[in-house]
Amino acid sequence: MSMKLKNTLINVFTWVLVLIFFFPVLWMFVNGFKPESVASSVNPTFIFQPVTTGYDLAMQRGMGGFLRNSIVASVSATVIVMLFAIPGAYALSIRKVKKVSNSLSFFISTRFMPIAASVLPLYMILKTIGGLDNIWVLAIIYAAINLPISVWMLRSFFMEVPYEIVEAARIDGAGLWREMMRVVLPLVLPGIAAAALICFIFSWNEYFLALLLTSDAARTTPPFLGSFVDGRGQFLAVLSAAATVAALPVIAAGWIAQKQLVRGLSMGAIK
Amino acid sequence: MATNLVPAEVDSVNFDLDRQRAEKKLARTNRSLLLPAIIFAILLTQIPFLVTIGFSSIRWNLLYPKQVGFTGLNNYIEVFTSGDLWPSIIATVLITASSVILSLLFGMLFAILLDRKLPGRAIARTLMITPFLIMPAAAALIWKYSMFDTNIGIMNWVFRLLGLPTISWATDFPLYMVIIVLTWQFTPFMMLILLAGLQGQPKDVLEAATVDGAGPWRTFTWITLPHLRMYVEIGVLLGSVTILQVFDPIAIMTKGTGGTKTLAYLLYERAFIGLNVGEAAAYGVVVVVLTIIVATIALRTLFKVFMEGGER
Repeated sequence: MSMKLKNTLINVFTWVLVLIFFFPVLWMFVNGFKPESVASSVNPTFIFQPVTTGYDLAMQRGMGGFLRNSIVASVSATVIVMLFAIPGAYALSIRKVKKVSNSLSFFISTRFMPIAASVLPLYMILKTIGGLDNIWVLAIIYAAINLPISVWMLRSFFMEVPYEIVEAARIDGAGLWREMMRVVLPLVLPGIAAAALICFIFSWNEYFLALLLTSDAARTTPPFLGSFVDGRGQFLAVLSAAATVAALPVIAAGWIAQKQLVRGLSMGAIK
Repeated sequence: MATNLVPAEVDSVNFDLDRQRAEKKLARTNRSLLLPAIIFAILLTQIPFLVTIGFSSIRWNLLYPKQVGFTGLNNYIEVFTSGDLWPSIIATVLITASSVILSLLFGMLFAILLDRKLPGRAIARTLMITPFLIMPAAAALIWKYSMFDTNIGIMNWVFRLLGLPTISWATDFPLYMVIIVLTWQFTPFMMLILLAGLQGQPKDVLEAATVDGAGPWRTFTWITLPHLRMYVEIGVLLGSVTILQVFDPIAIMTKGTGGTKTLAYLLYERAFIGLNVGEAAAYGVVVVVLTIIVATIALRTLFKVFMEGGER
């Protein structure tokens, strides 16, 4: 077999595999535009008159409110994380706290703590003080969960700032605030973007805590989708439409920021 | 004492004092930068766990609010004798191990294929990372109803096309369903990490190997694989930590039936369906202890890998 033919065959093979892998996402997207009877037919079809009834139905079920809650929870969680993680990572890299590795191993070990183990007291406490079904409470908890990873990621970016630059700023008499805001932060903006992206993705997609700690006013999109499990009759089209809308923000963000994604997912370990 | 010092020595003493003071001040600002983050994390993740330990010694079922009282180790005895713990450990290990290994293999395959020159490679990569980005709850639902459904699911449609008998996935193979969906979701994660590893390979070494007459397979096993080792470690460790705690596909697709009742789901069931706070708390403590054992081993490796960047 000639080299060229072999190459072409591998290319075709690659694309076939990629499309198989991507198919469920494509199928979700396509089904969202079908009338319910077509979506639930035994023989799958790609040719049909597209309608938006699925999307209309999802919105009628109050999806707009759940999406709004998701946005509030994810964006506030991301902002809170950054407020705590940037100074923390700063102290662990540019400034140097004694016993850096102690603090770092503390942060990474909280990542291993199953959320399930601390959710019970959280639930009980929130129930007692009336903090259940509150979107801000959910945002604060998301922030606490994402904080350790963000500190790790940001530290790995801060470590790359040439020390000479910081030193020069200090000799010029820059205080901590100026050293941080004017000198270092502009250099690590891509890193902050990566950490924020990961934090946003995790918060947006989180299902377990949202299911337990919210019920109605603060309910976010994932548990709303989960409520389709108990659906009766035909609901594949409306489910697909709702799932498409729910998944879209993170898919778009991830597609745009592919470079940051790798580094973020590996907690900064992979450059 | 100071009166005996010559001026130069006074200066140096003052200088030392100044430096000490400056260093102390620096240490203080550094601590004040770090402490808020640590306190925030402790307050919301560690303290609740201590409360969980407290709960685990209480007889407390929300259905019987009047019978609350100290019960010592009875909840733990219940956990270890009820016969639910062991199957749940097996389910957790089985699901985590299979999903991690399968997604690692698929991830490796895709990383190699998409590291080659390929028409539309950027698009192919973009499409490939989507399963990881899609909301896990949405992924579980889409798989459950549009892929695995006995009547309208694509899987059975393909089986019918091939003339194979159709399968009732939800009742016969719930464990496979969970593993397939998790593998699907985590393959892109592994692929991204391994792809970064492949791209970081020194090209001159690869060329040298080719010049020396090594075939693709030999180059791969002798040069690429050892180089990828660190990336495989990172992928496996981070993947395992995440999948160990996985909840969404189980809650949505199987509700813990057919050997899919992982520790995370079992705990949820005890606490929020059975409303048995004391027993659920005991499960929580056992889960954490088990995780700590696994994690200490994993952490040590992980820490070494991450610290290779070095401290300043």
